[in-house]
Amino acid sequence: MGCCNIGHTRRMNKIELFFLVDCNNFYVSCERVFNPVLLGKPVIVLSNNDGCVISRSNEAKHIGIPMGAPLHTCQSLCKQHQIQILSSNYALYGDMSQRVMSILKSECQTVEIYSIDEAFFKLSCSSIEKAELFAHYLRHKIKQWTGIPVSIGIAKTKTLAKMANQIAKTQTSQGIFSLIETNCIEAVLDSFRIQDIWGVGRQWAEQLQLLNLHTAKQLRDSDARVLRRRFSVVIERIIYELRAISCLKIEDITPKRSICASRSFGHLITTVSSLEEAISEYAARACQKLRAQNSKAQAFSIFLRTNKFRRQDPQHHDSLYIPLIYPSHDTRLIISLARGAIRQLFRTGYAYKKAGIVLHELTNENIQQQDLIHSADAQKTNQSTQLMHLMDLTNQRFGRRTLFILGQGTKQPWQMKSEKRSPRYTSNWNELPIAYAN
Amino acid sequence: MVNAIFAFPHSPTSSSLPFYGSHISAGFPSPADDFIEKTLDLNTYLVQHPAATFFVRVSGDSMVNAGIFDGDLLIVDRSLEPISGKIVVAAIHGELTVKRLIRKNNQFFLQPENLNYPVIEIKEEENMHIWGVVTSVIHAV
Repeated sequence: MGCCNIGHTRRMNKIELFFLVDCNNFYVSCERVFNPVLLGKPVIVLSNNDGCVISRSNEAKHIGIPMGAPLHTCQSLCKQHQIQILSSNYALYGDMSQRVMSILKSECQTVEIYSIDEAFFKLSCSSIEKAELFAHYLRHKIKQWTGIPVSIGIAKTKTLAKMANQIAKTQTSQGIFSLIETNCIEAVLDSFRIQDIWGVGRQWAEQLQLLNLHTAKQLRDSDARVLRRRFSVVIERIIYELRAISCLKIEDITPKRSICASRSFGHLITTVSSLEEAISEYAARACQKLRAQNSKAQAFSIFLRTNKFRRQDPQHHDSLYIPLIYPSHDTRLIISLARGAIRQLFRTGYAYKKAGIVLHELTNENIQQQDLIHSADAQKTNQSTQLMHLMDLTNQRFGRRTLFILGQGTKQPWQMKSEKRSPRYTSNWNELPIAYAN
Repeated sequence: MVNAIFAFPHSPTSSSLPFYGSHISAGFPSPADDFIEKTLDLNTYLVQHPAATFFVRVSGDSMVNAGIFDGDLLIVDRSLEPISGKIVVAAIHGELTVKRLIRKNNQFFLQPENLNYPVIEIKEEENMHIWGVVTSVIHAV
């Protein structure tokens, strides 16, 4: 559909607009496509070990199930309201995500896939009306082709498009919202909480609130240079973006380089705790290098091996590749995942000679970090919940490999529990959806 | 990430066969020469819109007169417009069903292809939506 890129000689004032397409309650929506009985009902999807809530239908939200809540804390609510509980089915979600993204890519030139259910793209539009028309067309096409409902936010900057998307999702019935006209922007920024702005995060929000900045409007109107010195250039960029001055472009996420940190051990390591310590150190070093070059990683791998020259020793050489949901340079996050991964690879009875971590798919730091479970109340979820979700997603993408839950307060070993996982409708011949001819 | 096996034919699948130019009476276009033209990919033949195409298994015999039998595989394309006369997968009463869509006098019906089964009239308040249009049936013999 070329309504926005009309290639003729008539001179038009084109506006460059960012669109953010975001699937509504993505995991639940995927389940509903193949199981229509779930439509209109309260439904939740649990993380891989059936530990906590990672997706909720609107009906479940209204009942009051919080995002990221451990299952046992809402079991009574679930029973009371007959909430359908499903285990996560990442094979399905990954496949459906690819379908949605491929539709976007066929309609728009530069699509930045931001996460499993979100993507940015940019278009030159001849008018706001044309932009909105195109958004409606896209939304309809995605719904018809895949069954997934999406919301679309349109604005002159990515940060405002994110804001527009949130409004589209929560305050409109047609799922589209453009945040372009000045009056509109003023009204919206005035009522938008600072902690909900994309890229601000909980810690910064608390500090900004201490400076008496509570709304997006107040942040926008503050002195960008002062705040940059106090916080970082990221805040300054957010301020300019709120002023409709675009600082963040559509990222071309192609793997650039990798950073490795590894070492042969002075003496052989035979305990998992020593291995964990070693890998923590390497991970920290690697992240330091990462930040020094203003990059974030989208994946990393860890490896370990015994001394192959000591042929009399039993040999073990293994590695794990772990993708991240969002680009990150967060040392804590990467160390935690690396430790869990090395525990998984470790086997007793072997004397390890070397271990290491490699950070992959490095991208520009300008890709803003986002709370893992992208909603405002996700900030309340504790770190282990967020990490669990990350590990779950990782596990499922790579099939049989499983990662242990991290050590923080978890005493039980990880067990695969997917009691209520739906069939792999799109990736397993034995689990196809059934159409009844009766 | 796991794909449906046939969903994204970016490259020919391993099941493709070389095509030798000759006159074939099966109704296929026949090229003029004897050289290998290209490899045939069943995936691209069956799937026009990969992002919108799903595979669905048939359970039951209410469509046998249309050549759709119990256990068959349906290629369902959600991007196609469901028009009268098409065989569709519909979601009704919370379940997927395969029927022929018929429109008569502004009234919609889901018609089986087996005299032992009744026609379903779609009423206004009925919770029904067309899930997709069936483009092919794969039947093992």
